[in-house]
Amino acid sequence: MGRSYGLLIAFAVLIAGLLLAFTVGRYPVSLGDLLHLVIAKLTGRSPDVPAAVQNVIWLVRGPRVLAAALVGAALAVAGTAFQGLFRNPLVSPDLLGASSGAALGAVLGIYFSLGVLEIEALAFAGGLVAVGAVYLIGSAMSPRDPVLVLVLTGVVIGALLGAGVGLLKYMADPYNQLPAMTFWLLGSLAATNVTDLVPLFGPVALGTLVLLALRWRMNVMALPDEEARALGVPTTALRIAIVAAATLVTSASVATAGIVGWVGLVVPHIARTLVGPDFARLIPAAALLGGGFLLLIDTLARTMTATEIPLGILTALVGTPFFIWLLASVSKTWA
Amino acid sequence: MTIDRRTVLTGLSTALLLPRLARAATVTDATGRAIAIPDQVERIFAAGPPASILLYTFAPEFLLGWTRSPEPAQCEFLGLGACDKPEVGRLTGRGNTTNLEVLLKLKPDLILDVGTVNDTYISLATRVQDETGIPYVLLDGRFDATALAYRQLGELTHRQGQAEDFARYADTTITTIKGRIDKIPDTQKPSVYYARGPRGLETGLSGSINVETIEFLGARNVAAERRGGMATVSVEQVLAWNPDVIITIEPAFAASVRTDPVWAPIKAVQTGRIHLSPRLPFGWVDFPPSVNRLIGLWWLAKVLYPDLFPEDLRPMTRDFYRQFYHMTPTDAQIDAVLAGSP
Repeated sequence: MGRSYGLLIAFAVLIAGLLLAFTVGRYPVSLGDLLHLVIAKLTGRSPDVPAAVQNVIWLVRGPRVLAAALVGAALAVAGTAFQGLFRNPLVSPDLLGASSGAALGAVLGIYFSLGVLEIEALAFAGGLVAVGAVYLIGSAMSPRDPVLVLVLTGVVIGALLGAGVGLLKYMADPYNQLPAMTFWLLGSLAATNVTDLVPLFGPVALGTLVLLALRWRMNVMALPDEEARALGVPTTALRIAIVAAATLVTSASVATAGIVGWVGLVVPHIARTLVGPDFARLIPAAALLGGGFLLLIDTLARTMTATEIPLGILTALVGTPFFIWLLASVSKTWA
Repeated sequence: MTIDRRTVLTGLSTALLLPRLARAATVTDATGRAIAIPDQVERIFAAGPPASILLYTFAPEFLLGWTRSPEPAQCEFLGLGACDKPEVGRLTGRGNTTNLEVLLKLKPDLILDVGTVNDTYISLATRVQDETGIPYVLLDGRFDATALAYRQLGELTHRQGQAEDFARYADTTITTIKGRIDKIPDTQKPSVYYARGPRGLETGLSGSINVETIEFLGARNVAAERRGGMATVSVEQVLAWNPDVIITIEPAFAASVRTDPVWAPIKAVQTGRIHLSPRLPFGWVDFPPSVNRLIGLWWLAKVLYPDLFPEDLRPMTRDFYRQFYHMTPTDAQIDAVLAGSP
């Protein structure tokens, strides 16, 4: 696969995802109406389209499409950064407890019947607190292999938080709260509206910019610590920056969309087959691919039946066969 | 007449056994199992929320405890020491929270469950009965089986007369309301979207116990193209369905939906037909699905067919609360309930 074209292909995937997501939906919107609306918006004229259709495009489908693209990009970028940082292809952005912390926060919010924004805020805070705790505990031990200890601490804290989620599910009201918790834990963008976009966009943009700025140095992080330090790279500071940025984007996306597995684990590998292992190109490619992939998945989730299909189920169902095919077809060049 | 040993033995055993046989009644529950009922039934363990409510309305003194303790807001509408009873956990449903030893310690004469009758629950009932030796009765929790549930509960507790009062209330409510609605042609029945969840995007599919009374009243449930329980839908889908009426149990959603531009194009929003269900002490539409839906049926009928149901709900509410919840609400309390206050 030509690596110079890799970024272009990833960009094309995102554009295709955007087009598909905007034109397909349960509420019928014709392509003509859609073009009309966009042109009218760009030229500042008042569009000749029914108000209900405008409503669907600007207030319902639009925010959801943007959220899907942002969440997909965020998870893929965070996953790529973590796989580089931990020098392990099996790592996903929830390795240090971001998802389990967010899950506990959200489930707690549902348990106390809070509003949507409070639930999202709790999830966001839960992710940050969990990763912060993992990092503090992990580095307090001043180990010989800080990365390994960090991973182990993440796994253990994640299990503890998982137990908390289990306990709340067990105590929850089975008629009202339990279905909401289950649905949230499987991931969905069904309830996304305009007010969700700001709390999602801010952290995701900030974290992604940091990771993009650090992408040249991530190549060095793939080396053992001593070698990286010998090259003059401040490994500890860099590690903190990468973990903080990845946690920010992961927590924000989990708070909005719930737990969407798979994207942060596998999209980085797909990006690697497109552009190679150089993080300078890998990070942007993962962002574009992740956005496009989750757009495709979310379009399926909201159009296949009258009721929503959880994202976590579809990412696994659609993604796994594709990934196996990819693995088989490029296994010869796989590093 | 010669008296031999055999006659004596027979006579003795008859004298010993007969009183017992005469007292031990068997009742056939919804699973079709014939269950021997002790002659004294005064301590009943309700296995889930629907069973607790059914039993509380009928004989609060027999209820050993609640699946979950009622909230203070609910206690305001529950009489006869309802809120002094302990929390004993749930025996069936999605996960047990009752320890069988705790159950045994409560020494119930009977375990009562009301709800779905399927193989899972039948085997659960059989298993718990075998393990504990306590008769486990499962009654059908469907809305139109309410009268039957009361009559069976009457048999179980040897209070058939009192049960008949409750059963007749259920029968009369259902036949009166059905009688008026049957005259309406199907085309004039409204389409309904049942909204739950903080953003109103959870709904009950066709046949789900949550929308049972809505479908019972002949309204077209817009989400009925699929069968099942609760499901999440997108706003876009609700816009495409464009329902005539929105029924919700969520105060926050009911308050926001009227001014939310996203929902504005929907017919129900434009005509103001958004109705927040009363919810105290128990929800009037579902939540939990039990006899609380009997008074809810009047409310729902009035909401769906305002011309056919001119009755004032306030006196009905007072009567229902007096008979079923053992308390007489004040006018202010009734108004608060009818306004759906949380």
